Amino acid sequence: MSIYLSEQQGDKVDLVIQVDAQLHKEVSEFQTIEVFQTEAFGKVLVIDGALMLTERDEFIYHEMMVHVPMAVHPHVRRALVIGGGDGGALRELLRYPEIESIDLVEIDERVVRVSQEFFPRLAGSFSSDRVQLHIADGLKYIRKWEDHYDLILVDSTDPIGPGVSLFTREFYGNCYKALTAQGILVNQHESPFYDEQARMVWEIRQQTRAVFPVNYLYQAYIPSYPSGHWLFGFMSKGFHPLKDQQVAAWEARGLHTRYYNSRIHQGAFALPSYVQDLVQQTGEEFEPVLGI
Amino acid sequence: MRNYKLDQTKAPLLAALKRYRQKRMVSFDVPGHKKGPGNPELLDFLGQPTLSADANSMKMLDNLIHPVGVIQEAERLAADAFGAEAAFFIVNGTSQAVQTMIMSSLNPGDKLIMPRNVHRSAINGLILAQAKPVYVDPGLDQEIGIPLCMSLENFQAAIRENPDAKAVLINNPTYYGVCGRLQEMTALAHQAGMKVLVDEAHGTHFYFSPDLPMSAMEARADLAAVSLHKTGGSLTQSSLLLAGPGMKGDLGYIRQILNLTQTTSASYLLMSSLDITRKNLAQRGEEIYDRVIKLADYAREEIRQLTPPSYQVIDQDRCDGDAFYAFDRTKLSIHTRSLGLSGVEVYDILRDEYNIQIEFGDLSNILAIISVGDRPVDVERLIAALAEIRRLYAKDPEGMLMSEYVKPEPVLSPSTAFYAPSTQIPLSQSAGRICTEFVMCYPPGIPVLAPGERITPRALTYIEYAREIGSSLSGTEDPAVKKIFVAQEP
Repeated sequence: MSIYLSEQQGDKVDLVIQVDAQLHKEVSEFQTIEVFQTEAFGKVLVIDGALMLTERDEFIYHEMMVHVPMAVHPHVRRALVIGGGDGGALRELLRYPEIESIDLVEIDERVVRVSQEFFPRLAGSFSSDRVQLHIADGLKYIRKWEDHYDLILVDSTDPIGPGVSLFTREFYGNCYKALTAQGILVNQHESPFYDEQARMVWEIRQQTRAVFPVNYLYQAYIPSYPSGHWLFGFMSKGFHPLKDQQVAAWEARGLHTRYYNSRIHQGAFALPSYVQDLVQQTGEEFEPVLGI
Repeated sequence: MRNYKLDQTKAPLLAALKRYRQKRMVSFDVPGHKKGPGNPELLDFLGQPTLSADANSMKMLDNLIHPVGVIQEAERLAADAFGAEAAFFIVNGTSQAVQTMIMSSLNPGDKLIMPRNVHRSAINGLILAQAKPVYVDPGLDQEIGIPLCMSLENFQAAIRENPDAKAVLINNPTYYGVCGRLQEMTALAHQAGMKVLVDEAHGTHFYFSPDLPMSAMEARADLAAVSLHKTGGSLTQSSLLLAGPGMKGDLGYIRQILNLTQTTSASYLLMSSLDITRKNLAQRGEEIYDRVIKLADYAREEIRQLTPPSYQVIDQDRCDGDAFYAFDRTKLSIHTRSLGLSGVEVYDILRDEYNIQIEFGDLSNILAIISVGDRPVDVERLIAALAEIRRLYAKDPEGMLMSEYVKPEPVLSPSTAFYAPSTQIPLSQSAGRICTEFVMCYPPGIPVLAPGERITPRALTYIEYAREIGSSLSGTEDPAVKKIFVAQEP
C-alpha cells in the first residue's frame, strides 16, 4: 500500500507524489501548514493544500529570485524579503557580503518555526546577525518606508489566503515608494500555462505595470510547481535586467550556483510567444491565450 | 451578554425552514422552480441550500401578512433583542420601514417636523401619506462640510412654531455617523404630543454596544427603522421596523399600513436571514462590535499618521454637545478636501485603480463602513491605498466647492407637487420654478431638490458641480438629468 500527496495544479490536473510519512500538520492563525517526507522530492512544505517548496527543487526558485537582481544592482546594502518564511531567499542573499541588513517580513510566525524545525538548510539563515525577522502584515510593514531598500523580494504564496494583499496595486505602489532611487523589486509571478494561474499572471502584470516603468518577466523551470514553468517579475526604477547585467563582476565573485548562471540570466528573459501574447493584453478583461 | 426576557439562542424561523427541508415535501404551489429543477442555471449559481429555502407561505412557515406562528415568534425575539415593544420583519428594504413609520403616524394634511438631509424614502413617505414637511436646518460642520443632526434650539423652535405637527423624524445616525441629542429631542416631542420616528438605517449596531451612541428604543422613541442588512449582516433588503412602548395600542394599525405596500410573497431567504442575524447579534453582538470599533479606531489612527499634508479623519473630538452630540465610531468618515481631492474622486480612484469599493464619496469626504464582515488585512489595504492616493494625486485645494446647506424653499407639499400638472423643461433654465420630481447626487442619495421645492440658482450650481466631479445624478424621469419636470404656471 502506498500513500500519496495530491496537489491540484490545474483544472482537473493533479500532481501526485508518493509519501513516506506526514511529519507535521498544524492549523495556525492564518493557514494550515503541513510537512511530508517523500522519496522523490525529499521533505515537502504544503500550505493550505498548495505545495510551497520541496528540498529537491527549491534551489531553482530561490537562486532565480535572488541572483538575477543581484547580478544587475551593483551595490545592494539593504534588502527586504516579504513572505519567504522558509528562509530560502535569505540563504541566497546572505552569500553577498555587501548586503548589510536584510529585513524579512512574514505574517505567519508558524511558517518560520516549522521551517526551522524541518528545513534547517534553508531556515538556518534566520540566525545570521544581518537578518532581522518581523512578524507582520507585509502591506502594513512596507507602508512606513520611503527611499530605504535597494532590493525588495516578494516571495509570497498564491493570491488567495493571507497573501492576497501582496498582489494589489497599493502594495506595489508602497514598495515603489520604499525603494531607493535605483531600487529593484522581484516577485514570484505564478505560472502562465493553466488558465487560472495565467489570469493571475495577467492581473499581477496589470497592477505592477501601473507602478513600475521598468517591468519584465523572466522564467525558470521548477518541476514541482504547476506546469513546471514558473515566472518571476523584474521591476525597477531604472536598471534594465539585461543591459545592466554585470556579468564580469558577478563571475568574479566565484559563487557556486546549481541553476543560475550568466547565460541562464539572459535566456530567462526570452519568453515563449504565448506568454508574450498573454502579458501584452492590456484590455479590461483577461482572455485565455491557450484555453487550458 | 445583556439580559433578555426570551431565549435568544432560539431561531424559530430557521428551525421551521430546516424542518421544512427535511420533510422533502412535494410542492404543487409556488415558487415554480420547485426547489431548483425548474431552473438549472439558477440552481447552479445560487446552490441547492438556497433554493430549497426559497419557499412559499404555508402553515408550518407562517405568513408575514398575518403572522401567528414562527414568524410571530421570531418577531417577538427580535423585539426582545432590540429592547422594543414590538418588531416587524421587513422584506422591502428599510425604505418600506421608513414609509410605514410616516404613513402610520400621519394622516393626509398632517405636518412632520424633519431635517432636510433625509433619505429619499422619507420624502416618498410624505408623498404616500400626503403629509407636509416642516424642515429644520440640520446644521453643518463648516470645516469639513458635513451636515449634522439638528441643534436642540432649532428643533425646539420648530416644535414651538408648529404645535399642530403630529410627529418628528430624526436620523440616528446620519450617513456620516453623526448623532444629535436624541433623548432630549424625544422628550421635547413627547411633551408636545408628537410621535418620534427615527431613521436608524445606519444604526443597527447601536443596540449591541455600550460604546456607541444611544439607540432609538433606549431613548424611548415611538418607531425606528433599523436596517439589519447594512451593518448587522443579514441579506440585502431585509430590515426591521421597531415600535416603542408609546405604540402599544397601534400595533395592529401598523401591520395594516405595512400590508398596503408589502409583498404578499415575502422571501423566506430574507426573513430567515433576519432571524439568524438577530440570534447572532443577541449573543455575540457586543464582542463583534467591540472588534469593529477597534478596527475603525486603528484605521483612523494609521490614517492620521500618514505624512502631512494628509486626510482629516472624522472622530469624536468633533462632537459639540449639540447637533453633533455623539459619533458612531464604526463609520470611517474621512475628509479629503485638504488634499485637493473631492470625495467622489477618491471614491472613483479607489474602485477603478485599487479594486476597493467604499460606501460613498461626496464633495469633500468619503465614507468607508466597517462592519461585522471586515478583517484586519482588508483594512490594511484601504489604509495603504489611501496612502498611495495621497502620494500620487494630492493637489492644491484652491477653487474647490465646499458642501453647504442648500436651504430648501418648499412651496408645495411633496404630494401636491408630485400629482400636480407639470411640464418638462431643461434643468439649466429651471431656476425659479417649482420642481415636481427629485434630483439626487448618488452617493449619498440625499435629495438636492425634492418635489414641491423652488429651484434655486444655488441648487443648480451644486448639481452642476457634482456632475462635473463625477457624482452620478438621479431622481428625474430624464435618465441624463438634463431635464426636469416643474409645476405648470397658472
